[in-house]
Amino acid sequence: MVPSMRAAVIVFPASNCDRDAASALEGLTGQKPQMVWHQQSELPAGIDLVVLPGGFSYGDYLRTGAMAAHSSVMAAVRAHADRGGAVLGICNGFQVLTETRMLPGVLMRNAALKFVCHMTELVVSESQSAFTRKYSAGQHVSFPVAHGEGNYYADEATLDRLEGEGRVAFRYAPGHNCNGSTRDIAGILSEKRNVLGLMPHPERVCDPLLGGTDGRALFQSLIETLG
Amino acid sequence: MSGITPELVAEHGLSADEYGRILELLGRAPSLVELGVFSVMWSEHCSYKSTRVHLRRLPTKAPWVIQGPGENAGVVDIGDGDAAVFKMESHNHPSFIEPYQGAATGVGGIMRDVFTMGARPIAMLNALRFGAPQHPKTRHLLSGVVAGIGGYGNCMGVPTVGGEVNFHRSYNGNILVNAMCVGLARADKIFLSAAKGAGNPVVYIGSKTGRDGIHGATMASAEFGEDAQEKRPTVQVGDPFTEKLLLEACLELMETDAIIAIQDMGAAGLTSSSAEMADKGGSGIDLDLDKVPQREAEMTAYEMMLSESQERMLAVLKPGREKQAEAIFKKWELDFAVIGVTTPTDRLVVRHRGQVVADLPVGALSNAAPLYERPFERRPATSGVPAYDRNRPLGDCLLHLLGSPDLCARRWIWEQYDHTVMNDTVQRPGGDAAVVRVHASQKALAMTTDVTPRYCFADPFEGGKQAVAEACRNLSAVGARPLAATDNLNFGNPQKPEIMWQIVAAIDGIAEACRVLDCPIVSGNCSLYNETNGEGILPTPTIGAIGLIGDVQRMASLAFKREGDALLLLGHTRGHLGQSIFLREIEGREEGAVPPVDLVAERDHGGFVRGLIEAGLVDTCHDVGDGGLLVAVSEMALAGDIGVVLAPTKGGDGPAAGSVDDVAFWFGEDQGRYLLSVPADQAGEVLAEARRRRLPCWRIGEVCGDHLVLGGTKLSLEQLRAVHEGWFPAYMGQGELPPVN
Repeated sequence: MVPSMRAAVIVFPASNCDRDAASALEGLTGQKPQMVWHQQSELPAGIDLVVLPGGFSYGDYLRTGAMAAHSSVMAAVRAHADRGGAVLGICNGFQVLTETRMLPGVLMRNAALKFVCHMTELVVSESQSAFTRKYSAGQHVSFPVAHGEGNYYADEATLDRLEGEGRVAFRYAPGHNCNGSTRDIAGILSEKRNVLGLMPHPERVCDPLLGGTDGRALFQSLIETLG
Repeated sequence: MSGITPELVAEHGLSADEYGRILELLGRAPSLVELGVFSVMWSEHCSYKSTRVHLRRLPTKAPWVIQGPGENAGVVDIGDGDAAVFKMESHNHPSFIEPYQGAATGVGGIMRDVFTMGARPIAMLNALRFGAPQHPKTRHLLSGVVAGIGGYGNCMGVPTVGGEVNFHRSYNGNILVNAMCVGLARADKIFLSAAKGAGNPVVYIGSKTGRDGIHGATMASAEFGEDAQEKRPTVQVGDPFTEKLLLEACLELMETDAIIAIQDMGAAGLTSSSAEMADKGGSGIDLDLDKVPQREAEMTAYEMMLSESQERMLAVLKPGREKQAEAIFKKWELDFAVIGVTTPTDRLVVRHRGQVVADLPVGALSNAAPLYERPFERRPATSGVPAYDRNRPLGDCLLHLLGSPDLCARRWIWEQYDHTVMNDTVQRPGGDAAVVRVHASQKALAMTTDVTPRYCFADPFEGGKQAVAEACRNLSAVGARPLAATDNLNFGNPQKPEIMWQIVAAIDGIAEACRVLDCPIVSGNCSLYNETNGEGILPTPTIGAIGLIGDVQRMASLAFKREGDALLLLGHTRGHLGQSIFLREIEGREEGAVPPVDLVAERDHGGFVRGLIEAGLVDTCHDVGDGGLLVAVSEMALAGDIGVVLAPTKGGDGPAAGSVDDVAFWFGEDQGRYLLSVPADQAGEVLAEARRRRLPCWRIGEVCGDHLVLGGTKLSLEQLRAVHEGWFPAYMGQGELPPVN
């Protein structure tokens, strides 16, 4: 079967994982995703998945993702999500999603105040989603992290609600919380479960030469759901 | 007309003789702007006036070299129409004054050198030297430099994959920050800096010009005194976001055929870029400074010509292509301005507010720059075999060494660098060489930076050889054929004959090793005057080398991979403890002869190892370097999380030549050695092949368990890991400085 999921990758001026996301998607779907420039105010027609890639969007000198949240393209991404379209925000993409309030909470500077880049062990907390259905709940996976501001914070009520509604998709495994995130949260789903933001990089573990293939199932879940 | 006083000349770092030469060349006194232009163009940093005569001795050619020294970066052919573009450059003085910005702009500058040639940067490495760990400034400098490198490189989205870090008191007042960038280009789309032809528009691209970094090149050409901190205004401030835009915009412009020449504005900014481009193109350039995008009001011509504001490029376009280029830079929201034109003269003419403020013959700035054959005073190399306690317990020594500042794990540093972005890092920091795949291919580039400054101080010639030999060994250990190198020559004051001797001898050593190992120097940088209050640094000629792996599935890494493997040692062990880390850390002395480098053995051993890796017989290999054999074995065990039982044959048939005692055998730093871990059933084949080639190779142990076992010594991996990984985080933590050990 040829998967027919159509993906777009948003390119902010200082996105720097846009190519990585595109090549991971192409490797798994056989199709090049559409690259969408930040000044565009509409997405190409017929897009199933929008990826907000890692990087530094507009330099992130203010707060990470703060400027990007006000870009032309984000209005289109929000409309896509409102229509039920899938949005995957990785690293800086997650930061942009919290800044647009498409996901609750904030991503603060890492507790140790240093950038961290290493493989990290995650637990898939929720397999009931378009992003995680090919994983099983409780499964341990290894993804790399590479960020300076990934310390997830939300108030207790929001955290309780996220957990109660099964919207915590990924947690750092015990002993692997590299940034001080509350309740070890590494990735969360939106209320309608069509938006996922996560700090670790699944697109960097789709090729055995690069240290693992645990990220493939995330994209394969999307292909199966949206294809 | 100009009111140039001797004091003003001296403040510009020009000697009275040099000023006399300027008067002679111009036939008149220079204007202040002209004096500023001469001061930077004739600075050591830009003119290489003390080293040029010696650098000529370096081999720079090979059939695969596309571009040797003299351009923004070196270029080598890596097959299939691809080219690797790379260079290393120092940012020592600024990093000592302001570590974050100094290091950050060092990264930015070397990246521009690479992408100005038409290459996309694919990897960064950094060779760093700091003062003694106990020195009150070291921790602050280290944390600032690492944050600066990360802050810039991470934003650029170029993985920082390797490098090296040493500590020594000679760097207390003068740290070294050498940044190397490797890029990929199409071999037929290399951009050069020769501003050929007349009547072509000269365009300014990138950030606006401000008052930052004025006279940075001059600062980098003088020693520091107690007033080093007062030089802060000469340090530039980096903006990686703008550099990212500049990178993408330049690469987009390079997809068109609008560019005749392009060069980054690095040291000495607009002055050196315009003068060098005109010089290489055999043309003149007329600049109108009123057109230069400016960040601050009321800037003078002098300030604009000498500003080292970052993230700027100068390009010469084909006439009529300005609009096309401008559209690209508008898209990336960068400044773009036509600020001049090439002329059929040989003059650099600078206008400001309707006045000609400089009118200089281009040749006076480049070819006529002073060239010194500075006197040098040959110093005998240190010699002799140092005394040491032969009965020291091996296990205690090993634990001490693995947890020492120069040998402990550097994870604390490289985990602050994004080393996996771009999805091609197939060997991460921590190995012999980093390996980065050529995107969407089966090829990969291996890269490393190496030098052993304490050897260079003891014996600059052998030390120069050793730097190149070790770099090539690190490449061979992952299975890469060394292609070429870049040299970053960091020394003290060349006006001192003993320092000049270090420079001359080290260059000779590098040249000899490059010739024998077939690894030409294709780019480089000299950083002299690395002294504070008259104290020079250890001579540090850093070598950055790259190699090619034809099939990325056939490479080796240092981590043990299988229980039951045989551990083989290639190369003779005579137990050289002179100038070793053992001697310094355990015996507390820095003396004796350095280990000699047998370049023919290096070549043969490297070729043998690469052949085994290419044939798929070996996937686990490590070079034996600082700290010697037992440290190297421990690193393999720790990386693979598998133990090892060591039991080399004693006596005449064994690897220890002559009467080598245990301490010298396990901690000696004999050169040209590799450790190979091979499946037990293939060990015989590898040993037989070595015998056929008359290469010294022995089985010295078995990979198994979770301990390092050597006779009565038994250390758990846990114990080794705790000391190896422990030093850096403890040192960089908030506590008191560690005691002197």
